[in-house]
Amino acid sequence: MSTLPPPVRRIAADRHPRVVAPTAPGEGSGNGASTAVPGAAGGSAILARRRAARPAAAYPPEERMQIESVSLAYGEKWVVRDVSLPVRRGEVLALIGASGSGKTTLLRSLNRLTEITAGAGRAGRITLDGEEIHEIEVNALRRRVTMVFQQPNPFPMSIFENVAYALREAPGRRRRARRATLEPAVREALRRAGLHDEVAEDLDRPALSLSGGQQQRLCIARALAADPEVLLLDEPCSALDPISTAVIEELIVELRESVAIVIVTHNLQQAQRVADHVAFMHLGELVEYGTAEQVFDQPRQQRTRDYIGGAFG
Amino acid sequence: MSAEAFPPAVPPAAPPHPREARRQRHAAQLTAHRKEAARDRRVEFALGTLAAGTLALIAAMLVTVLVNGWPSFEANGLGWFGNSGDPVLQFRAMQVGTALPGHPLLYFSAWPLIWGTLLCTIGAVVIALVVSTLAAIFITEFAPLPVRRVLEPVVRLLAGVPSVIYGLVGLLLLAPWVNSLISIPRKESVQYVVQLSGEGLLTATLVLTVMILPIMIALISGALAAVPATWREGSVALGVNRWRTIWRVSVRAARPAIVSATVLGTARALGEAIMLAMIGGGRPWAPNPLDGLTFLFEPIQPLAASIVKEFGDNPNTPIGHTVYAIAALLLFSAALLSLAGWAVRQPLKRYGIGI
Amino acid sequence: MASAGPALQPPAAAIVRPRRESTSSWPLVDRLAYWLCWAVGIGLCVVAVGIVVFMFIKGISALRPSLFVESPSPGVLAEKHSGGFLDPLIGTFILTAIGIGIAAPAGVGIAVWLVEYARPRWLARAVESGIETIAGIPSIVLALFGLLLFARPLFAFLSGSASNGTVGGQSFLNAGIIMSVLALPLVVGASREALLQLPARMREASYALGKTRATTIRRVLLPSSRTGIASGAVLGMGRIIGDTAIILILLGTLKLEGAGGAPVLNTLRGTGSTLSYYIYYYAPSGDGNSPQKAYAAGFVLLMLVLALNALVTRLSKGLSLGTTTWTAKR
Repeated sequence: MSTLPPPVRRIAADRHPRVVAPTAPGEGSGNGASTAVPGAAGGSAILARRRAARPAAAYPPEERMQIESVSLAYGEKWVVRDVSLPVRRGEVLALIGASGSGKTTLLRSLNRLTEITAGAGRAGRITLDGEEIHEIEVNALRRRVTMVFQQPNPFPMSIFENVAYALREAPGRRRRARRATLEPAVREALRRAGLHDEVAEDLDRPALSLSGGQQQRLCIARALAADPEVLLLDEPCSALDPISTAVIEELIVELRESVAIVIVTHNLQQAQRVADHVAFMHLGELVEYGTAEQVFDQPRQQRTRDYIGGAFG
Repeated sequence: MSAEAFPPAVPPAAPPHPREARRQRHAAQLTAHRKEAARDRRVEFALGTLAAGTLALIAAMLVTVLVNGWPSFEANGLGWFGNSGDPVLQFRAMQVGTALPGHPLLYFSAWPLIWGTLLCTIGAVVIALVVSTLAAIFITEFAPLPVRRVLEPVVRLLAGVPSVIYGLVGLLLLAPWVNSLISIPRKESVQYVVQLSGEGLLTATLVLTVMILPIMIALISGALAAVPATWREGSVALGVNRWRTIWRVSVRAARPAIVSATVLGTARALGEAIMLAMIGGGRPWAPNPLDGLTFLFEPIQPLAASIVKEFGDNPNTPIGHTVYAIAALLLFSAALLSLAGWAVRQPLKRYGIGI
Repeated sequence: MASAGPALQPPAAAIVRPRRESTSSWPLVDRLAYWLCWAVGIGLCVVAVGIVVFMFIKGISALRPSLFVESPSPGVLAEKHSGGFLDPLIGTFILTAIGIGIAAPAGVGIAVWLVEYARPRWLARAVESGIETIAGIPSIVLALFGLLLFARPLFAFLSGSASNGTVGGQSFLNAGIIMSVLALPLVVGASREALLQLPARMREASYALGKTRATTIRRVLLPSSRTGIASGAVLGMGRIIGDTAIILILLGTLKLEGAGGAPVLNTLRGTGSTLSYYIYYYAPSGDGNSPQKAYAAGFVLLMLVLALNALVTRLSKGLSLGTTTWTAKR
């Protein structure tokens, strides 16, 4: 086991109290996100609780994807400019920033979902395990880098069929594979998504009969069924109630052992709760990247400080 | 100026007590309210009767058509559906008024008509189902924008084109071409039995297909376009290629519309009388699949077309009774079809796809 | 601070503009399906546009102004070159007017009952199925029923009678009544859609003001659903002008033939034809067999259908009645 993190209280006592005056409090964006966090002391309370509650990662994080000087455009308008980030298995990377900062676009470019829109352009390199993703066949890429969306979108089929969907469509597997062949994989995916206990008795129920939080976990299970290397989450909890949110955040922290996770979130507290590394983006540019402690407790850039302090949202 | 010249003085009425005035006002309001409620109930009753009138209409139709066609069923029994004779001779006998030897005047065996109807209806619907689904997928997913902008109004226009025009185009465009496909030896080989021309099973089925296609395409395209984008995006994000996404998500979600379209198309094909009377070949004949390629060119006269061709204007003649018997059969099939369509759509509602 | 900053400059490095997902990586089955789809699509284009263009060309070449003003002349020696379709044209208009004149109020009434009242529930469900069933009944069967119904002495006032007293049963009035049954499901469907789309707050606001249901319907709901009802009526008109089977059974003389009596009633109780019957008669399969006239009449009929279609599209654009284009959401 690597070195234990230093006790929390000593850190809090060592630092000068930093007071960031929040400006117009009504500037927060929707989703009740970046409420003013007066002083970094509040931030480290959340981080402190988290460190106390969970052990550090078992294995050192292993690099999965490398984003190198990537710029993204829709048509002639560049929405992301010159971003470089690593994505590692064993840790959660959170992309935070105001609306329009380009974080969702960056996320979607990781599995080439930006290509659905005509006129999308890209400069720079994105590699998965060393391979440039544009050279991998797009559907094979999307099976290795899967995505969960903001609104839960289970298909109008049974729970089993939803999770088995990606499995059935994987090449090399018979489309009409019998249920018995697929069932173990489906149950495993449901277990990893934390949904198995709730639905185990009847996997043939319509997926749309589940609650919102359960549907989102079903979508996560569906994304995990193909055993991806990277899981992309686009504000997965913004449409859910707090209890479902808490369940999914627990899930995310558990999953990071096996899958590299990139999460886009508007909610600063959520980023503080789940993220290991944080990248703050503003108007398409990467302003700051570092560990959660660095970015939330000791932000180096003024803009980061302003955002975390709630000066804009 | 006697006292009688003037009406006796009436003391002015005392102003009513305030409570009395209020009571009078309330009573007036209550009466008005009751009147309005009564009027509301009258309106509801009137409209309800009107609505129930549709059911009465259907019932009346079933009863009268069946009653007038009953003599034909009665005279033939189950043989009405059989193949014991040639409908051409039977119709002529009924028109002339002399029964065929050994048979009653109402003697009739409808199998050639029924078989012709089954062949061209099922043929047209099967082809139209496949073509309309693929065409709808093409229109909503693959067609470039200018193509789509042209196709949509054209398909809508064709859905509204009357069947006579389809018959006309079929007669003047398709029939000569099909005619040229039939070789002279083939025609000669059957000339003592039946006349082969461009008007026959193949032409009829093709034109029928083209006739029911537009409405089916319109229905299915509408349903495909209404599939939520989130499902399609979710499927693509899982690494499923575009065609499989369309097939497994969009088309699946549009299944109720596909069923509705099929039912609608079948109903239209069953009831099509005019166009098939024009290009069916004009002779009640049961094409025999064992005849090989000639099978495609043999003439047919489906049930509805037979009504058009044979009916005079008097329902009370033998021909009238026969025709009404045919109409009763058609009515029964239409009702059965409606029921079947409803039954097929029910299981689909479970998983969240509904119409 | 959070204002939109200056536009980002394009990077110096090479820009990749990814193209649509290529199909070369798909399994063979999927590729075949994709090409089949394209083949069907192109075939559809060709056939659809071909039919329309064919009818246009043939129709325009056969069209003469005299056709519009002359009556048909069946049986005349030079039939192929004489006579026009004035009577059928008039007949079409009369029939459409009668048909929609009956179907529109009845259809709206039924739709209102289905949406606003619908009590008892079993009756409402039965009526809905009933309307669907009527939509599926072949028009020839409706026509036969009409003949049975109207050939009785009870309805003698609706049509002309033969000299020996048997009721003919064939007249514009009779055909119009049956046509209205044909158009009824379309009017009911469209009106129902329009009423269902009205927001609940409209009704709630009216009730909150103390209005009864009948007044709400008359003053608030029906005016708001005008366009939906109108498009239903136009769809019904399209169905009426296209039907020939009912004309065959319940009308069926090329020229307008009155039934004797008062001027307008004379025509209404008499027989005649419509454009569609005219085409049927003069098609090669009919008794007239002069394709030129059939083409010309076909062209006029097609123009009418086109006009009605355009009207429906215009009307439904004003509403938010579902998708007016079949563009899959991207």
